[in-house]
Amino acid sequence: MKGMGPNESDTVRRIVSDMKDRPGPLIEVLHSVQAALGYVPPDAVPILAEALNLSRAEVHGVVTFYHFFRETPPGRHTVHLCRAEACKSMGGDELADHAKSRLGVDFHETTKDGAITLEPVYCLGNCACSPAAMIDGRLYGRLTPERFDSLMAEQRQKAGGSKQ
Amino acid sequence: MTAATVYVPRDASALSIGAGEVATAIAKESSTRGIELKLIRNGSRGAFWLEPLVEVATPAGRVAYGPVTEADVPSLFAADFLNGGAHPLFLGPTDEIPWFASQQRLTFARVGIVDPASVADYISHGGFQGLRRALSMAPEAIVQAVLDSGLRGRGGAAFPTGIKWKTVLEQKTEQKYITCNADEGDSGTFSDRMLMEGDPLCLIEGMTIAGVAVGATQGYIYLRAEYPHAYRALNTAIAAAYQTRYLGSDVLGSGKRFDLEVRLGAGAYVCGEETSMLESLEGKRGEVRVRPPLPAIKGLFGQPTIVNNVMTYGSVPTILHQGAEFYKNFGTGRSRGTLPLQLAGNIKRGGLIERAFGVSLRELLYDYGGGSATGRPIRAVQVGGPLGAYIPASQFDVLIDYEALAGIGALLGHGGIVVFDDTVDMALMARYAMEFCAVESCGKCTPCRIGSTRGVEVIDRILGGVESERNLQLLENLCETMLQGSLCGLGGMTPFPVQSALKHFREDFRGDAHVRNRLRRSGDATGS
Repeated sequence: MKGMGPNESDTVRRIVSDMKDRPGPLIEVLHSVQAALGYVPPDAVPILAEALNLSRAEVHGVVTFYHFFRETPPGRHTVHLCRAEACKSMGGDELADHAKSRLGVDFHETTKDGAITLEPVYCLGNCACSPAAMIDGRLYGRLTPERFDSLMAEQRQKAGGSKQ
Repeated sequence: MTAATVYVPRDASALSIGAGEVATAIAKESSTRGIELKLIRNGSRGAFWLEPLVEVATPAGRVAYGPVTEADVPSLFAADFLNGGAHPLFLGPTDEIPWFASQQRLTFARVGIVDPASVADYISHGGFQGLRRALSMAPEAIVQAVLDSGLRGRGGAAFPTGIKWKTVLEQKTEQKYITCNADEGDSGTFSDRMLMEGDPLCLIEGMTIAGVAVGATQGYIYLRAEYPHAYRALNTAIAAAYQTRYLGSDVLGSGKRFDLEVRLGAGAYVCGEETSMLESLEGKRGEVRVRPPLPAIKGLFGQPTIVNNVMTYGSVPTILHQGAEFYKNFGTGRSRGTLPLQLAGNIKRGGLIERAFGVSLRELLYDYGGGSATGRPIRAVQVGGPLGAYIPASQFDVLIDYEALAGIGALLGHGGIVVFDDTVDMALMARYAMEFCAVESCGKCTPCRIGSTRGVEVIDRILGGVESERNLQLLENLCETMLQGSLCGLGGMTPFPVQSALKHFREDFRGDAHVRNRLRRSGDATGS
């Protein structure tokens, strides 16, 4: 895997130096790193370990324990599709099958064009408006396959626009 | 003429079905028409079947319109909705809508009514009265009031809150902590989210009272990362509370300090278990701790710590303000007070219903809920999240009460009710329970870590018609092992949905059953 560039290393160092004196800071630091870089690069682990006086294993252990932290860059947009019971009761499984086949990916994968990453999530607290998904932090309810397709088209337009 | 006041929720669920677009359209239309109005972004009243619910303040009280779409906005203006004009979406005075009128809202008294970011609005609706009362009382008296109210932990374990507080009060240490478990991970639950978004100051007040009661100066809200809207609402409210000196070094001039901050989880269901949550707050892997010691004695960073759920803290201001007797007079048996129930999944009128304990499941499903969303018969209901039992239609008369539900082998948990119609395949739901446990297991104990994966495999063999009887027996044994041998509720309760599915819906576990169910779902079969 390609290592971090100097800018990314600097970002990681700056974040950890700003936050290291807070009580129990590691998860907060990881949130900040992921917010800045989109993921937690494996190369960041030794930097964080040294700054926080932890072993690399401890930092790696935390990064890999939590579903939210990712070790590879995501696509330009991330879709979190709810897999839990309330959404299943309203066609969540059929929606998940549709999403996977339409995007041509499985969960935890990114579309070939780099536009969309598909992630499962276990409850978004939108259970009276099932099935639900979150796209880049924005919540959607009462989704249908058709609505899903139109949302994906909107995201792709945004993705295309940002590249030009 | 003063500007009309219009309310459009900023609740995440309401936004998910268009409330943001409606608010934008109202602002735009009013400026086009040169009409001045005050747009308040409130929480949701909890009737999600009426969201986006737009309310207008009139001299006769608030009136509602809903469900409103962006496209309805010009016609609302044309109908003079700012003066409560007639319109096909007009619902009348909000408080008189039967779905709300029959509720008993204590914790949710202000949700959907106030501006969540406004301390002044909170105070004008009875806010901070409980804290004022607490500051005039001895710590022992505050704890006694909570004890006398009969309040039990609303996160699911239903442990008497006052006893927990008393234990922390009795610890003689310099540093104690107040922590709030806002890792609301159960499918079918959203009451914590709604309170944090719609009336965050209520949670802040409840936690501050806890701090004053036991002598803790630092509080943490452990919030799940899946709730970005609640994160913003809480931080806004905390900043407002600091500014008005309801938080900080001198709470209300009492000389007492209480600081509060929100910490984000990172997507781990097991962190809803209290010791795992404490590990996570310390920045570590959310692995379950062996108890004893109890968190009340050695909790966060090894110090005495109260761990309560959002709904528990949210009940405390009422108890201190109105008194333990007032609160205790709601409810039945050993389940005292009110419970915010959440009606979710395949239900026509889903949302938040706060009622005293003792309401029947049937009343919730049919009187409030109006039956399934699809119009088909309700076949199964899961109460209490992914670790809760599936309840068949023959038991819908059960009362919402900790002991009554335990009596039929079910549990109340956090009050989430997920409804399934007759197209549900219960063997697949049992399989999902095991799969979910495998995904979310912290890995510390073997019955949970390995048992859940084996559970998925065994159910797959049953559904594949491989030695069905033998594998059904194996599944029963596996459930027993997980139940008896797991370290915490995740592995220890995952068997509940599985066993209840086996008990009440055994026909779904036949080798050919899932094929039949799939046909029924697609409408090609008339059912069994």
